[in-house]
Amino acid sequence: MQTETKSRVDQQTTPSGHNVTVLRFEGDIASTSKDAVLGAYQALPKATAKLILLDFTKVDYINSSGIALVIQMLIEASNSGQKVYAFGLSAHFTKVFTMVGITKYAQLFSSEAEAMAAL
Amino acid sequence: MNPPKAISVEVRLPSRLGFEKVAMSTASAVAKLMGFREDRVEDLKTAVAEACINAIEHGNRLNEKLSVGVVLSAGEDELEVKVIDDGKGMKSQPSKPDIDRKMHGEEDPRGMGMFLIQALVDEAEWVAGTNGKSSYVRLVIKLDKESE
Repeated sequence: MQTETKSRVDQQTTPSGHNVTVLRFEGDIASTSKDAVLGAYQALPKATAKLILLDFTKVDYINSSGIALVIQMLIEASNSGQKVYAFGLSAHFTKVFTMVGITKYAQLFSSEAEAMAAL
Repeated sequence: MNPPKAISVEVRLPSRLGFEKVAMSTASAVAKLMGFREDRVEDLKTAVAEACINAIEHGNRLNEKLSVGVVLSAGEDELEVKVIDDGKGMKSQPSKPDIDRKMHGEEDPRGMGMFLIQALVDEAEWVAGTNGKSSYVRLVIKLDKESE
């Protein structure tokens, strides 16, 4: 019933020359998304993937279980010295992420271009 | 097209995760018919989804022999949603998640559903059913006439 979560990884370089690993999600982010969210993150090389940008542009539905997966990722990233950013959230989920405090540990951008310019 | 006063819509969901989206879609359709702004419809969708997830997971404990009832009652200026399960009801009131405690492993990363419900609607109450069954959460979202 839940739309399968897909994820893929892109490597990008910011205008200022920093390497950014972009994790692009598609579908629902819910309790069934553990492999696509945490698994995809955990497969990244921790030594080189220091800046991680989450792309939610193609995500329509995120529930509290999905938010918990994002928080688990933030915990692991914090422990590994990685910084996590995100873009592409709807206005509603931007509000929800702000309400639960995620924005304290993952800065949100409105677009990929805005994020890349800032990183 | 405005729905008549106090119109009621009922949906019965299987206790399987994912089916909360059926209730979300129904609540969204009713709220749009009533004239709610798009941002309030989104608030309602998330609140209804979280209420159904709690009913499926905690109330009915994923027992597919049990169903979750969703009753939407559209009044003149508010929409009430009751999500009913066969559990004993919530023992505690929602608390605001503490992201710092979560980040430091002092609080479970999960457990934000009740908080989101309460934060996104105008009224939320959890009612334990008699004999430990038919517990429900009641949500109310009000039409903001000044900005409609």
